[in-house]
Amino acid sequence: MNLITVSGSPHLHGDLSVKKIMWGVVFAMLPAMLVSIWYFGISALTTTAVAVATCVAAEYLMKKYLLNEDPSVSDGSAIITGMLLSFNVPSSLPWWQTVLGSIFAIGVAKIAFGGLGKNLFNPALVGRIFLLISFPVNMTTWPVPLSNRWVLVDALTGPTPLGRLKEGLANGETLTALKAQLPAYQDMFMGQHGGSLGEVSAVAIILGGLYMLYRGIITWHIPAAYLLTVAAFTGILYMIDPTHFIDPIFHLLAGGLMLGAFFMATDMVTSPMSHKGMLVFGVGCGLLTVSIRNWGVYPEGVSFAILIMNAFVPLINKGFKPKRFGEVAHG
Amino acid sequence: MFAIGITAAIILYIVAQKFKVIENPLIDEVVELLPGAHCGGCGYPGCRALAETMVKRGSLENLNCPVGGKEVMGQIAALLGLVAEEKEPMIAVLRCNGSKLNAPDKVLYEGATSCSFLHQLNVGESGCPYGCLGQGDCVFSCKFDAIAIDSKTGLPVIDNENCIACGACVKACPRQIIEIRFKGKKDRRIYVSCVNKEKGGIARKNCSVACIGCGKCVKICPYEAITMENNLAYINFEKCKLCRKCVKECPTNAITELNFPVIKEKAQPNTEVEA
Amino acid sequence: MKTFKLGGIHPEENKISAQQPIEVVPIPKTVFIPVSQHLGTPAKPIVEKGDVVKTGQLIAKGEGFISANVHSSVSGTVLKVDEIVDYSGYRRLSIVIETEGDEWMDTIDRSTELKKECTLDSKAIIGRINEMGIVGMGGATFPSYVKLNVPHGKKAEYLLINGVECEPYLTSDHRLMLEKGREIMVGITILMKALHVNKAMIGIENNKKDAFQLMTDLAKEFQGITVHTLKVKYPQGAEKQLIKALINREVPSGKLPIEVGCVVHNVGTAFAVYEAIQKNKPLFERIVTVTGKSIKKPSNLLTRVGTSISDLIAMTGGLPDDSGKIISGGPMMGRALSNADAPITKGTSGILVMPEKESKRVATMNCIRCGRCVTVCAMGLEPFLLAKLAENQSWEEAEAEHIMDCMECGSCQYTCPSGRPLLDHVRVGKNEVAKIIRTRKN
Repeated sequence: MNLITVSGSPHLHGDLSVKKIMWGVVFAMLPAMLVSIWYFGISALTTTAVAVATCVAAEYLMKKYLLNEDPSVSDGSAIITGMLLSFNVPSSLPWWQTVLGSIFAIGVAKIAFGGLGKNLFNPALVGRIFLLISFPVNMTTWPVPLSNRWVLVDALTGPTPLGRLKEGLANGETLTALKAQLPAYQDMFMGQHGGSLGEVSAVAIILGGLYMLYRGIITWHIPAAYLLTVAAFTGILYMIDPTHFIDPIFHLLAGGLMLGAFFMATDMVTSPMSHKGMLVFGVGCGLLTVSIRNWGVYPEGVSFAILIMNAFVPLINKGFKPKRFGEVAHG
Repeated sequence: MFAIGITAAIILYIVAQKFKVIENPLIDEVVELLPGAHCGGCGYPGCRALAETMVKRGSLENLNCPVGGKEVMGQIAALLGLVAEEKEPMIAVLRCNGSKLNAPDKVLYEGATSCSFLHQLNVGESGCPYGCLGQGDCVFSCKFDAIAIDSKTGLPVIDNENCIACGACVKACPRQIIEIRFKGKKDRRIYVSCVNKEKGGIARKNCSVACIGCGKCVKICPYEAITMENNLAYINFEKCKLCRKCVKECPTNAITELNFPVIKEKAQPNTEVEA
Repeated sequence: MKTFKLGGIHPEENKISAQQPIEVVPIPKTVFIPVSQHLGTPAKPIVEKGDVVKTGQLIAKGEGFISANVHSSVSGTVLKVDEIVDYSGYRRLSIVIETEGDEWMDTIDRSTELKKECTLDSKAIIGRINEMGIVGMGGATFPSYVKLNVPHGKKAEYLLINGVECEPYLTSDHRLMLEKGREIMVGITILMKALHVNKAMIGIENNKKDAFQLMTDLAKEFQGITVHTLKVKYPQGAEKQLIKALINREVPSGKLPIEVGCVVHNVGTAFAVYEAIQKNKPLFERIVTVTGKSIKKPSNLLTRVGTSISDLIAMTGGLPDDSGKIISGGPMMGRALSNADAPITKGTSGILVMPEKESKRVATMNCIRCGRCVTVCAMGLEPFLLAKLAENQSWEEAEAEHIMDCMECGSCQYTCPSGRPLLDHVRVGKNEVAKIIRTRKN
């Protein structure tokens, strides 16, 4: 018989592990993945594959040679970063730009801070912003869905709903005229409109989000706070001036909001720890997103909103602590 | 822009003058001479605190920077016009030889790599309640890279060159196994590598090189440097002349000699006496 | 169903010994009785080598304000009063007795019939409880008479009885309720008399439906006792959580239950009180659950204090070959032994033998800041933060973050997906902060 073990209590462990959580998230992203391949064809698949492969390789090499730690990538977090990064770029992005974005996301946003669990900003979003600023043309060229699905290079491109909206309003077009040109709600719900790989299909993302809620991987606090804030803020604006502000349903379905609310803002490492803090985080993201969409330079505000709120997370954690048992009331 | 700049400059000047602290300029000069490691080895919180004490006290008695050593103390003495004490170099010594070979594991420990925790939880993997736990609290506390755990023995090893005897590891060890002792002439030192206070039979059950309190070392020491208390021998490093007699005498090899040349074994005399 | 709101987990219950009736363990040849089987100052031995003692005789006297008497669990001759290795591997002062026969002190009433009426008044009851060495039998071993001495200015409204036994595997309280329910009820009425309360509430977790049914029926025969079923959630058996679930009051941070008008006692303690007051029997034996997935015959054994654990394991079919850990207590808060010859004490509620494949810890990774430890903490603390502060030796900050409120239930470490040893670090932190608080008081 081997030596008996001595350790501190507890002597039991639940069956939760980082691996299980990460692979659960990957599974939740599959609907959006499949929809994107359906609408954008092979280039969607290749973009995702390149992003994932680069992220995994980058993490492995950087962990081994830069951090000098055990270069295990089996926890799945690099795969998630790769998938989320590819979901945030158009399927027509040149492969070498995807590679650069992945290396930047893993290297600067994750490894430079110390590896898993130590980063302040969401790595996929940091990668996306890097690409947006470095290659603005490629990053704002959106392939039209269901066209050129079997070829790697897309010829037909068009604007995203939000892009068209901003452009139209700036040109002085009226909202009612614009609305006729923008995709119908069903199309936006299903995904048949221009946009990044993963953000187009609201239904696929919601399915994934519900799966994660069911498995207990995420809680309802951040998505609910984020989406409700966007709906409320845009709703108020719409009621004040329906000729300049489009209705809340459009805002909820357009752009990367669904993807952001369910997959990006809920990233555990970069979001608050207490439920109260999560609600504050969601509200902040919502307010910033709507502000950037309506009054900012960019048509889409989700990435920036989430990154800005990421910076506030340590402060939120400090300010919104959970209610203690037997807390003695002051004063 | 210009107006703001001028206003800011005026405000800064007034504040700097109003809150100026008049200090003896010598303090700054002493701080320049000190190594700036802020390790606390001198017993003061940081190099500046030591410099202030030196200048204000007007004497270097009982004040010593172990990192700077004789050279730096000499320079400071020259600057302040004082005399620096001649300090015997000291080093941290691990008074336990309960390696994985000498004190084999009786149980396996799993958990946080913390000696304080294991000490509270259990007697330790070897079963000796006084022995080194090998989790490395001392390593964690050392700011001079002077201590590391040897993976074969499971015991910490103190680097002869890097250790400046600041005492951080002494405080960190929950079992007070580490002691600051004289570095010794040619870095040679002799010490009892055991702190077990149990009766000999019990101590030996857990570790083959434990001190069993037999007292033979006390008797053989020509300089009365060894005392026995609570079944444990202790060598006074101020009295020890490094004659090595006790090392040979100890029946359990509980006394360790460091950095000595190896004595060749003399051939055993024949049992038959030649006429 | 009543429960506590904040935090909690639900580990597998594994109450594999729940159907085993209590068996009496034969008296061993030697017993090792530690003088400290309770929280507070160790008792002082009043016997020495060669003395002949009887079962139930006082052999060590409690010293100081918080202490307990220790009585001999066997009759025989004192072999020695010496430091004996206990479960932690350290040596503690114990009285070693070589048994001869089983002669009890003639002051003890050995009859088995139920004695319902208690003629003693409150003060006398508390005095007798102190005399008989009664301590908290749930495992905390707090000297019971101290809890019954209500300080000036505070009043007890409720007596709460802990029949929860929330730890997986343990079933000694369950069997005690099923087989000695009436005696427990009488014990509860005695405690009510001592505290001058007329309301007692017994909390039983919902996985002991037969005990709940029996106790509810028995409670009808007694005035003022009600029985309540509680949701199965760990750590429902913790004092503060029990109070919250039964009467919805939160004991303020740093204070005792009497602050919200109640006193909590375990069912085992209530039974010991019955035996002490009605039969003049000191505390020297208890029920120990010996269990584990590989144990041949998981049992609930009535054991004399001082019996070595290896004797008990032998009674259940011997130590299995694949044993990896031997735990005194339950798997969530129990202590892993390094020495199976250690003796049973007043607080040993169970011995759990874990197979090797379940004994190893999961690999530790970086904290992924998932916040699950915060969600499950029943005290509303932030375990990831407390563990980090303790690791970095920031003791003052840890105190400010209320590390001393932690009851070491282990829910955080159980849940952590990264397998971080949160409780190990928090324990070091608590120890250091306790030292700081002590020096501050002096």
